[in-house]
Formats: sequence, structure tokens, C-alpha cells
Amino acid sequence: MHDNTYLIILACAVVTYTTRIGGHMVLSRFGSPHYRVEAALEAVPTAVLTALVAPSLLNQGPAEAISILIAGVVALRGSLMMSVAAGLVSLVALRFVLG
Amino acid sequence: MTSQFDRPQFHRTSSYNNQYFSRDIKDGLRDALPIMAAIVPFGAVFGAVAIDSGLDFQEMLVTSLSIYAAASQYVMIDLMGQTLPVWSIVLAVFAVNFRHVLYSASIGRKMTLFSPLQKACAFFLLVDPQFAASETRAATVGLRPAYYFSYAAVIYITWIASNCVGALFGSFIENPATYGLDFILPLYFTGLVAGFHKRPNFILVLLVSGGVALLTYFTIGSPWHITLGGIAGLIVAAAQSRPPQKNNPERNILENAHEDGTGLEEGTANA
Repeated sequence: MHDNTYLIILACAVVTYTTRIGGHMVLSRFGSPHYRVEAALEAVPTAVLTALVAPSLLNQGPAEAISILIAGVVALRGSLMMSVAAGLVSLVALRFVLG
Repeated sequence: MTSQFDRPQFHRTSSYNNQYFSRDIKDGLRDALPIMAAIVPFGAVFGAVAIDSGLDFQEMLVTSLSIYAAASQYVMIDLMGQTLPVWSIVLAVFAVNFRHVLYSASIGRKMTLFSPLQKACAFFLLVDPQFAASETRAATVGLRPAYYFSYAAVIYITWIASNCVGALFGSFIENPATYGLDFILPLYFTGLVAGFHKRPNFILVLLVSGGVALLTYFTIGSPWHITLGGIAGLIVAAAQSRPPQKNNPERNILENAHEDGTGLEEGTANA
């Protein structure tokens, strides 16, 4: 292991906090943003969370892929809790069935 | 049942604390509970892996307390084992965490009721589920500090506590795959994404972000799929947008609260 472990940890903490406050600091320097920036910001949750999840659809297996689709469809109608529960139940069942 | 509470509240008033405080705390705890189940195994595994790769207990604890970003903590531990130069480890952590710049830009605009100190603390706690839950909250009843910090407290404390359990009892941990717990986070994020389906160009943004993320994942590799997939979705959203009718700064916030109101209310209030 590194001999300067705490230095690395501290540097990583600073970099992480910088990304977390940075977007807001930069944006708040400009007044009211252009409508295209506005639209992009409005899409951040959908775009980034989708990109985060996308590999799980293909890099795990059919049971995982199907359970993600089920959770997504259930969430369109039901609560978030129902969606996660439906995905989890179908995942355990499919893993059992598909081995 | 539309009580006064359910209407968006965007102005700082002297009585707002008394009116909403306990409800916000309750909702924050309630919304955070379901993902505790996901964080416990994930956090325990991190604690065990950290000790396995040569950190001592105190170094593991300082890592989680100060960085508080699961994916990048794994990356840091992994690269430390390879004795790379410090700057390259820090650069890798920056790449994994870049999505937070976008989170911060988006959610920062909805923190109108936060004092500067509250904002500074809030950004430290801005992990993925925190961002998603706060966006949902902002679009329905409005985001207030009590909600944000009660949600954050559950996640932060759970993360640290499960790290400690994993570090101390690593070898006793059962394989979380048995109960599907290893996959709760992807399912949770999927449910949250679906909750945003009333936003403009939802399907288009979903397909472009997902497509570019997959393409990147299988060519350039992780973690770039998050940033490149995300930015591709934002570009499409920007390209598809139309100029606003009139120039009222409150317009967008109010419009979103209205647009997303019903769907998201269902999605979270009953959770």
C-alpha cells in the first residue's frame, strides 16, 4: 500500500467535493440561463441516471435485464417502492428459473 | 386531498419552518428507508474490500467520512493497490465523479430555501440517490433543507455503519446476490428515471443517453459511459428545446412542479 495514504484520501475528498459544488458555483455566476441550458439542466436526472444504469441492462444477464424493464414499467404507474419490489421479486424468481 | 402543504412553496417565510419542518423530516426518513436495504450490503462489501486491500480501519473510516462517494472509493482503493502516482489516482476519481457537476448545476437552482452554509453542507452529501430524491421532491412539494438533510442523514449514517460492519466482520458476510440485494441500486435508479417520464423529450433523452452510454461502455470503457452518455442526452434536450413565451424567472420552476406533480406524487408519496 502507498506510504502517503492520507494524502491520497484527502486529495480524492477535495476533488469529489469540487465536482459536487462546482456545477452550482459555475452556473450561479451567470444570471438566468439561456433556454437551451435550461432544457439541458431539466434533462440531467433522466440523462445521467439512464447512463449510469444502462450497462446493467447488458453486462449481467437476462434475469437482470428483464427485472430492470419490469421495474421501469411498474414505476410508470405505481410507487417507487412497488417498482423496486417488483424488480427484486422478478429478479430472484428469474435467477432461480434461469439458473 | 390537496392540503396547503402539497402546493409548491418557494418563498422564504418566517413561519415556514414550523409549518413544514416535521413533515419534511418524516418524508425524508420515509423516502430514504427503502434504499437502506441496498446500501447495507454494498457498504459492508466496501468495508471488507478496503481492509482486504491493505487499508487499516481508521484509513477506511476517513475515506468514507471524507469522500462519501461509493464508486470512486472503490476506484481509489483499487488503484492504490497498484502503487500508481497520486495524480493519476486523483484524476480517475475525478472522472468517476464528474456526473456530480451536472447534479450540482441542476439541484443547486432548486435550493432557494437553503442558507449558504446549508448549501455548502448539502453539496458534500450529494450522492446519486440524494440527487434523484431531491429532484423528485423539488418537482412536487418543493425542496426544503429539513427534507434534504433528514434523507442525507439516513444514507450517510447507514453507509458509514455498514462500512464498519464489513471491515470488522468481512469474512462473515453472506453473498448479497442470494436475495437480489446486489441489484437493488440499478432497480432503484430505474424506478427514479421512470418517475421523470413527464419531462420534455423523455423518451428521446432516455434512448440517446442509454445508447451512447452502452456504446461508450463497450468501446472506451467505464466510467466514461456515465459522463458521455449523460452529456449526449443533455445535448439532445438542448437541441430540442424551444424559446420560452415570456421571460419570467419563476416560470420554469412552477411549470415543472405542475407538469411532474401528479406522476411523481404517486411515485414518491406512497413509497
